[in-house]
Amino acid sequence: MQTFDLEAQGLRNLNSALHAQSANTNQTVWEVINPKGSHAIAVGLDAPIEVNVKGHTGYYCGGMNKQATINVAGSAGPGVAENMMSGTIVIEGDASQYAGATGRGGTLVIKGNASSRCGISMKGIDIIVHGNIGHMSAFMAQSGNLVVCGDAGDALGDSLYEARLFVRGSVKSLGADCVEKEMRPEHIEILKDLLERGGCDAKPEEFKRYGSARKLYNFNIDNAY
Amino acid sequence: MKDDHNGAPRTVPIQSATFSNPTNAEIRRAAATGIYDIRGGGSKRKVPHFDDLLFLGASISRYPLEGYREKCDTSVVLGTRFAKKPIELDIPITIAGMSFGALSGPAKEALGRGATLAGTSTTTGDGGMTEEERGHSNKLVYQLLPSRYGMNPDDLRRCDAIEVVVGQGAKPGGGGMLLGQKISDRVAEMRNLPKGIDQRSACRHPDWTGPDDLEIKILELREITNWEKPIYVKVGGTRPYYDTTLAIKAGADCVVLDGMQGGTAATQDVFIEHVGLPILACIREAVRALEDQGLHREVQLIVSGGIRGGADTAKALAMGADAVAIGTAALIALGDNDPRWEAEYNALGTTAGAYDDWHEGKDPAGITTQDPELMKRFDPIEGGRHLNNYLKVMALEAQTIARACGKNHLHNLEPEDLCALTMEAAAMARVPLAGTDWYPGKPGTSF
Repeated sequence: MQTFDLEAQGLRNLNSALHAQSANTNQTVWEVINPKGSHAIAVGLDAPIEVNVKGHTGYYCGGMNKQATINVAGSAGPGVAENMMSGTIVIEGDASQYAGATGRGGTLVIKGNASSRCGISMKGIDIIVHGNIGHMSAFMAQSGNLVVCGDAGDALGDSLYEARLFVRGSVKSLGADCVEKEMRPEHIEILKDLLERGGCDAKPEEFKRYGSARKLYNFNIDNAY
Repeated sequence: MKDDHNGAPRTVPIQSATFSNPTNAEIRRAAATGIYDIRGGGSKRKVPHFDDLLFLGASISRYPLEGYREKCDTSVVLGTRFAKKPIELDIPITIAGMSFGALSGPAKEALGRGATLAGTSTTTGDGGMTEEERGHSNKLVYQLLPSRYGMNPDDLRRCDAIEVVVGQGAKPGGGGMLLGQKISDRVAEMRNLPKGIDQRSACRHPDWTGPDDLEIKILELREITNWEKPIYVKVGGTRPYYDTTLAIKAGADCVVLDGMQGGTAATQDVFIEHVGLPILACIREAVRALEDQGLHREVQLIVSGGIRGGADTAKALAMGADAVAIGTAALIALGDNDPRWEAEYNALGTTAGAYDDWHEGKDPAGITTQDPELMKRFDPIEGGRHLNNYLKVMALEAQTIARACGKNHLHNLEPEDLCALTMEAAAMARVPLAGTDWYPGKPGTSF
């Protein structure tokens, strides 16, 4: 295992070293110490490596990740896993705003709570949140799955496209065009898999499913008021 | 004109300047449909423009360069502030971002072909990077837009520069919409959307909410791309001094400033005509912001929005821009709005030269469509050749003007080379009204 002291060696050296790892690397496990809330840690990775960050991260940790597994033993700042393509990111603590924003693939697990705009504009990523999520989450979400074991804030799924939203707790309010939908057997199966991948101790039957009413799919001036 | 029943002459009918025929027609259209008009094509009203400026060619007090023998350089380097690999262009005229989806694949290919032949760059758009465009563009700028359609790190790494789009000249503060009829299988796949539904683009980026966040976002992009790519920040022309200042603060290598006469995507007509500034009113303010930061020419300024020829280019550069970008003009060079399709434009209720419903996907020229039959009409090789010709003419025109002003590089043009025909243009461009040494707001004057 390689240990990288971010405070001593700097962000540029860290990301350069991680970018240099190819699919055939034998240095598959990296440990990053002293992150101290630094931004853009382990962004743009493109190899099946494991990066363990020992502490809290700032903005955009794991941004645009491909293939890599990134574990954060702390909380994450805004935009964690932004535009992730594949791989897995696990946050042991809480995540700030826009967690998993525009993510196109892979799995983001947040073991604490996520702030506002979680999964905003998501495009295929799976996000599993053990705790609560804030307002405006999954705004314009296009595809993928958002699982919330706790409660959701205001305007969940506003202007939603085809992403699936599963919430176990309360939803403060639904956004425009977001409605509760029937939880059919195939959704139970999908959710069961997601909960297992996210390490959640919860039963799929306890969740409600939300999705798009599809009334915004074609331009209607009445929706503009 | 008939007399009234007493034999007295009638008053001559006068068309109201306020309630003009086009205005009345729009009132009737709105009353009949209940929907605001959506179109492309940028502002069509007459606003202060480069046409209101003139160059002061050399006589005795200035010494001109000989047109055929003495060099007038046109090259420009963009992204010299932080990027390891700045973009070097032969001419300071670039192709503005227009999306695949709005434009057909062959049209994007033609833009790449033409720009590459002319030694300049193209720009992607709201819809991701196509192989046609990457494959035929020697220099390609990859846009990071609020929608993030098609955004991925592989394309970030294979572009030549990244343009963070904050706003567009036709709709600063507004999002976009690509109507369902243009969401083909391929467009839908690239944008992660079901086929045939309207594609909405948010007006704000999903993962940052202000200039401080933008600074960190740019850091992330640089880290992903190993600090190689120039980072542009594009803003619509509204508050150019402050927006340029904040783009610089956020770490931009280049600022792209887009005025209200630009815009090829669908936007509400009321937005196009009533939000934002003409580019003429933006350039000097943006240059002032760069100068106040001590970064004029180190952070490059690209301006767009109604640029049509070498004179517009030369005037923009004389006011302090480093390069210009063209969108609508490039489409026309490819063959859009060509009179050869007049009958079909008529069938769509318009005429060649005025067609602006590009979002409907029925473009007779086959350029702004996803209809396979219409697309067959467009030859990307011929289109690219025409665009190359047009770009070369623009550069030659600008060189001709610059030599006449005694300049051996287009960037040596300066405000002192200009005068204005109108008070408005004099005030906005901060160059003297023709025949005077005065412009409104000139320091030391009481006006």
